[in-house]
Amino acid sequence: MSVADANTAANALDALSVDNTGWAADARSSALARLREMGLQTKRDEYWRYTDPATLTSQDAPQAALFDAGEKPLFDDVERLKIVFVDGVFDAEASDDLSLENVEISRLAETASADIHWAKTLYGTLESNGQDPVERPLAAMNTALASDGVLMRVTGKVSKPVSLIYRHKSESSDAILHHVIKVEQGGDITLTENGPAAARFNKVMEVDIADGASFHHVRAQGRDHERRAVTHIFTRLGAESTFKSFTLTANGVLTRNECVIELTGDDAVATVAGAAVGDGVFHHDDTVFITHDAVNCESRQVFKKVLRNGAVGVFQGKILVKEGAQKTDGYQISQSLLLDEDSQFLAKPELEIYADDVACSHGSTSGAIDEDALFYLQSRGVPVKQAQDLLVLAFLAEALEEIDSDALSEALHQRLEDWLARRSA
Amino acid sequence: MQMTLVLVVKNVSKEKKMLEIKNLQVGLEEEDKQILKGVDLKIGAGEVHAIMGPNGSGKSTLSYVLSGKDGYEVTGGSAVLNGEELLEMEPEERAAAGLFLAFQYPVEIPGVGNMTFLRTAVNAQRKARGEEELSAGEFLKVIRAKAMELEIDADMLKRPVNVGFSGGEKKRNEILQMAMLEPKMCILDETDSGLDVDAMKLVSQGVNALRSEGRSFLVITHYQRLLDHIKPDVVHIMANGKIIKSGGPELALEVENNGYADLLAEVA
Ligand SMILES: Nc1ncnc2c1ncn2[C@@H]1O[C@H](COP(=O)(O)OP(=O)(O)OP(=O)(O)O)[C@@H](O)[C@H]1O
Ligand SMILES: [Mg+2]
Repeated sequence: MSVADANTAANALDALSVDNTGWAADARSSALARLREMGLQTKRDEYWRYTDPATLTSQDAPQAALFDAGEKPLFDDVERLKIVFVDGVFDAEASDDLSLENVEISRLAETASADIHWAKTLYGTLESNGQDPVERPLAAMNTALASDGVLMRVTGKVSKPVSLIYRHKSESSDAILHHVIKVEQGGDITLTENGPAAARFNKVMEVDIADGASFHHVRAQGRDHERRAVTHIFTRLGAESTFKSFTLTANGVLTRNECVIELTGDDAVATVAGAAVGDGVFHHDDTVFITHDAVNCESRQVFKKVLRNGAVGVFQGKILVKEGAQKTDGYQISQSLLLDEDSQFLAKPELEIYADDVACSHGSTSGAIDEDALFYLQSRGVPVKQAQDLLVLAFLAEALEEIDSDALSEALHQRLEDWLARRSA
Repeated sequence: MQMTLVLVVKNVSKEKKMLEIKNLQVGLEEEDKQILKGVDLKIGAGEVHAIMGPNGSGKSTLSYVLSGKDGYEVTGGSAVLNGEELLEMEPEERAAAGLFLAFQYPVEIPGVGNMTFLRTAVNAQRKARGEEELSAGEFLKVIRAKAMELEIDADMLKRPVNVGFSGGEKKRNEILQMAMLEPKMCILDETDSGLDVDAMKLVSQGVNALRSEGRSFLVITHYQRLLDHIKPDVVHIMANGKIIKSGGPELALEVENNGYADLLAEVA
């Protein structure tokens, strides 16, 4: 960034103002203060070494052409409660009624003017905690400026998934959504997200999981080729709780998915997994930071990327085991399948351990398709393209296996198969 | 009158060629090394031929080149299957044309279920031949029956292809694939190695059940034992990239008793 640019950015931050009415006002203004203090990230930041944030931090969102994949909406066959946002704006027409047993659902925009809301103690809190030891300015910006989002308080087992559907209708939309989910003791919910959302999408999701509660998250990021997204999940896990998140990404010029997990109660289990399929102008970055701050917790990171025609995949995954977090079991694997020599995978696995009774493993590999397996399939009559697809799916399968719900996993499997088949045709 | 007719038909099929390899010369793509130095081999429809030969003589190379594996360079000669030149086809086209290789070292494919693999293969070949694909139900019925004959249990069908299979299980899995794909020309590369006595019988039964007038076999082996179960019509000895001698089943016995020294000396 040149001095002139930096000044423009600083000026732009100075010019920002937040909605200072209602229950979220304090959180918003302190987030803005945080943001001003940190400044927006640049390519020179160590944390952004492999991904250029310029188009995520720029004043205006770069345009993104709309893309109609001409396919059936995802999870169509799955019984769920639908909440639709079009370019970041809630679409009441297209959404279901927001009442569902064991979960109380409201929206940020709709409740903004109220002075009291249960989310007040959470909104921006986990995000703010997650700013240390690594700064995440775009998340602070989100807290300050989010125009809407879903606020969910889960009090028991929810019978069907709540589904956030993000539609993209305007080529220049710049959407900022902030969701807060509080899963109370005994609560158990599955949240799905899918769709391209906007030309540029900045999303934060804060998930507070109480003792013994469960949160399942399955996401498919939209296929619009030119879309950009920066997303953050901040989650805090109580004792014996479960957090499971899976993301499927195909297409998109730029995606940065950060997941910041804090295991604060004993015997908690957190899993974050992803499968990404990139072709051509595609840059996909998974950045995970897991802090073990309790005894006997388990964390799993499973990321798989298939890249071709110059696509770029990034994985930054850190496990921090704090003093006293004994019997920690940390597993991390990030693998890429490079279908040609133009594509690249950049991985930075990190372990930082301050406890002595800990089992952590991490592995990162990058390789081409197994020629022997390919020949074996061909020798049985499977055409080479189909054989490649089969091997690609097999490669991604390990990540998809992290999804608990058979219906959701099956839907994503099917979708992947269709994409591959179509591309081979 | 009727009897003569049957005889005539039989004669014709006996004479019908299945695979004809002429002066096949093969080197490696990466290095300057000649492996096959002019292989000639003619297999009639319905016949069983065996190839024996010292380690490194080029037997597996021959089977790989016939099935279209990368990394080899054909510098001369031809291989014709049922009137079609094999060497110009993609591996999957060769398979659809009726060629099958039971690998000396079956490949493990993590993440691909054995059942999915087989169904994909069967249907790909049916499609290539313009036949209708088998439904999941039909497929299941057929594979269950065939797996049972080879004592392959349901669990092995569900597991990823060859992953964690014992040596013998891998070989039985090869024969299962062969039984499902019903190829015309089957090449078995050391299918007997790694098999215990009972498994060898099972596999041989599997092969013998597939023997028919329209199907030929090329059995690569080091041991006479397999040929007790699968009786060959012709035995070839390969050495240093060439077939150096062909004969009846007695040739295999000779190798079993005396090794290759005498045979090699004969041609030297
Ligand atoms: N891809 C390759 N790269 C290097 N050398 C090769 C390759 N393929 C075959 N060879 C060499 O070619 C020769 C023939 O090998 P091949 O595997 O065909 O022998 P074989 O007759 O099947 O032996 P065995 O009885 O041990 O199975 C050997 O010297 C082998 O090392
Ligand atoms: Mg061999």
